[in-house]
Amino acid sequence: MSGVLIYACAGAVLFVFGVTGLILLPHLLRKILAFNIMGSGVFLVLVGLGQRDGTPDPIPQAMVLTGIVVAVAATALALALVRRLLHLTSKIQFPEEPESSGRCWKNN
Amino acid sequence: MRNLLNVLVIVLSAALGLVLIGVILESPSPARVRLPEEVLMQIGASGVTHPVTAVLLNFRGYDTLLEVMVLLLALLGVLAQMGKQKRENPSAEFYPTEPRTQVLLWLARVLVPLMVLVAGYLLWAGGHQPGGAFQAGAVLAAAGVLLNLSGLLPSWMEPAWNLRAGLVSGLLVFLLIAAAIMTTASPGLLLQYPPASAGMLILLVETGLTLSLGLILAGLFLFLSGDAIDDEADK
Repeated sequence: MSGVLIYACAGAVLFVFGVTGLILLPHLLRKILAFNIMGSGVFLVLVGLGQRDGTPDPIPQAMVLTGIVVAVAATALALALVRRLLHLTSKIQFPEEPESSGRCWKNN
Repeated sequence: MRNLLNVLVIVLSAALGLVLIGVILESPSPARVRLPEEVLMQIGASGVTHPVTAVLLNFRGYDTLLEVMVLLLALLGVLAQMGKQKRENPSAEFYPTEPRTQVLLWLARVLVPLMVLVAGYLLWAGGHQPGGAFQAGAVLAAAGVLLNLSGLLPSWMEPAWNLRAGLVSGLLVFLLIAAAIMTTASPGLLLQYPPASAGMLILLVETGLTLSLGLILAGLFLFLSGDAIDDEADK
């Protein structure tokens, strides 16, 4: 394994951690953090694979620059939406599904 | 049942991670197309000398254009969350007579002009070393956040016409330059800078982008920091 591939493998590990956290954690703020970790993992994979032959590749680096700024803006939008959800429901979690949601055809 | 699902998710994610690492280690290098050499061969015609800036602003300028649109869209999404909620300005409760507050205010007043200077340098240096519009815009936004956190800049509410003009000016400058080039120098081709004036056009676009990005990224924080959250439970 070449020396620079450690960055790409670390990026894959971070991505997997982020996916697991996104699925399993119920608190919305932690979901947003897990999403950011996924993004960091993807950036590491992009930059790490670009350096595989020894010379740094400017095109993945430019894509990662774009990606970092867009991730910051998307995180800000997600946090604004979480604040709105907190304002509306006073809880930072997705609302629970009502128990009778699958039985709306039953006339009671 | 829930614990079983959690364990299943963890096991599947671990399997995904192993598959990804295996693919990374086993995939061969591309044989025919060598993109770094292609970029370095064409860099003379791009107007700047740093390969990443050349890729961002010239070779993949379309991506940068769409990226600025996405940032503006995120800011519009944040602005749409600003309903008719009660606006409290946290800087109004700042006590400027405490000694540790004095140090914070002095530090903010010393650091922010330096940050503006650093942003200007990063904008200029992007042509020949790592730097450019996005880094400079981020430093400007950090200066704005520092001013807000130390109480010197109040949080933003409904943007007036000058703030709106500043927010869109970078994108408009970029679009105007793209339209001007498409009609005069390279008809029919999008964002194909003529090599003689590419450096000047890139600097112009980057200056507009720096100002706009500083306002957009600062606005992502400043529009939210003056917002008071009233819980539904407290009503």
